[in-house]
Amino acid sequence: MEFFGEVWAWYTDPANWTGNNSIPLRLWEHVSLSVASLLAGLAIALPVGLYIGHTGRGARMVVAVSNIGRAVPSLGWLGIAYPISTGLFQRGGIGFLPAFIGLIALAIPPVVTNTYSGLQEVDADLREAGRGMGMREMELLARVEVPVALPVILAGIRVSAVAVVATAPLAALVGGGTLGSYILQGLALSDEVRVFAAAVLVALLAIFTELAFAWLQRRAVSPGLSRPDDEPLADPSQVARPGEFASS
Amino acid sequence: MIEGQPFFRFDWLVDNLDQLARRLGEHLLVTFIAVTVGFLISFALALLIRRYPPIYGPILAVSGILYAIPSIALFVLFIPITGLSLLTAEIALVSYTLVILVRNIVTGLRAVPSDVIEAARGMGYTDTQRLWRVELPIALPIIVAGVRIATVTTIGLVTIATLIGMGGLGYLIVNIGVTRRFPTATITGVVVVVLLSTIVDLLLLAVQRRLTPWAKAREA
Repeated sequence: MEFFGEVWAWYTDPANWTGNNSIPLRLWEHVSLSVASLLAGLAIALPVGLYIGHTGRGARMVVAVSNIGRAVPSLGWLGIAYPISTGLFQRGGIGFLPAFIGLIALAIPPVVTNTYSGLQEVDADLREAGRGMGMREMELLARVEVPVALPVILAGIRVSAVAVVATAPLAALVGGGTLGSYILQGLALSDEVRVFAAAVLVALLAIFTELAFAWLQRRAVSPGLSRPDDEPLADPSQVARPGEFASS
Repeated sequence: MIEGQPFFRFDWLVDNLDQLARRLGEHLLVTFIAVTVGFLISFALALLIRRYPPIYGPILAVSGILYAIPSIALFVLFIPITGLSLLTAEIALVSYTLVILVRNIVTGLRAVPSDVIEAARGMGYTDTQRLWRVELPIALPIIVAGVRIATVTTIGLVTIATLIGMGGLGYLIVNIGVTRRFPTATITGVVVVVLLSTIVDLLLLAVQRRLTPWAKAREA
């Protein structure tokens, strides 16, 4: 119990609330890095997923690449991004950039595969009906395929978002700050209080992200379309499928 | 990256094959312990759930929360109790396997058709006989599918264990690759992890096909 007292003291220590190693600053680094990486990842993954899902072109290759991408451990992405960002941008070796590149790479595969498979699962009769109503390809995509596939697409975005928030602490390894800084500092200094306090913050942030996206998923999907089997952790009847478990 | 150095130095790789083998061995051992212990616990839980179905919901909820905790956090949360030890790493890794394995074992057992269970009863099988001779063989493909996902996930997660001093392939990625700014080690580590996941996954698939030849016959 004494230990938890020390953890509480760490949270409430004024020294941890100001300066260049403060909780608000680390939290801001964490959130801004995560949001930027997720948005950039979506900007790449959604068009690719929509294109191959709609046309079926290049599907095999993209999905194969995505699956290999998923086998790369989260730590691996940051490790690979580090020399790449140093090579591409002379001064970009340390800090935000390598973490950003690594997290983008991490965010892409779940969104591409889910968007693709979501569109693939759209009933062929619905497509035919849309075409019969005179819809052009883009209309068909926007008004039939995407709305029907939305739960699966959002499930992919949720997996990506949680993976990014959960992996962002590793950015500290490449000088990218985030709440992970405290964990590395604590490990280096054998300061168990700091390690534990930061780990709790990271865990809360990830769980919050999971719940927020689950809520968004429910809100965004019309009741007629909501499929309970897209709630991976809540529904007992579903078998674990590889895609659900991005290693975070 | 140190100025003027090639991106990948094969000479380093050749000179360090012994280190690579050692890290690979560490990685496999940590993974094997996690999946084995995780499977034993999950199997016991699944049998409990088979007997008392109402406890499935709460067990699933708890393991789901454990799964949502980021690995870096879960790896260090137990340091105050178990220190920088293999046990600390295994607690995190086993926790992650539970949500996958429990779900697949239970789903596999529940997928057994009720007329098959009736037939076994009619033939006078006791509950235990029915479990081992009828339900588990039928559930095997789904159970092995869970083991495959759990194993591949664990292989990826073990890379983080190097942060608490447990070596493995993560040592090449972080302690040599990132810390000493030496991309060759990072790339080697990542490539070996990906190859390892793929090979182990295919091996487990082959095992499943050997154990359940009838499942393949039905597919074809």
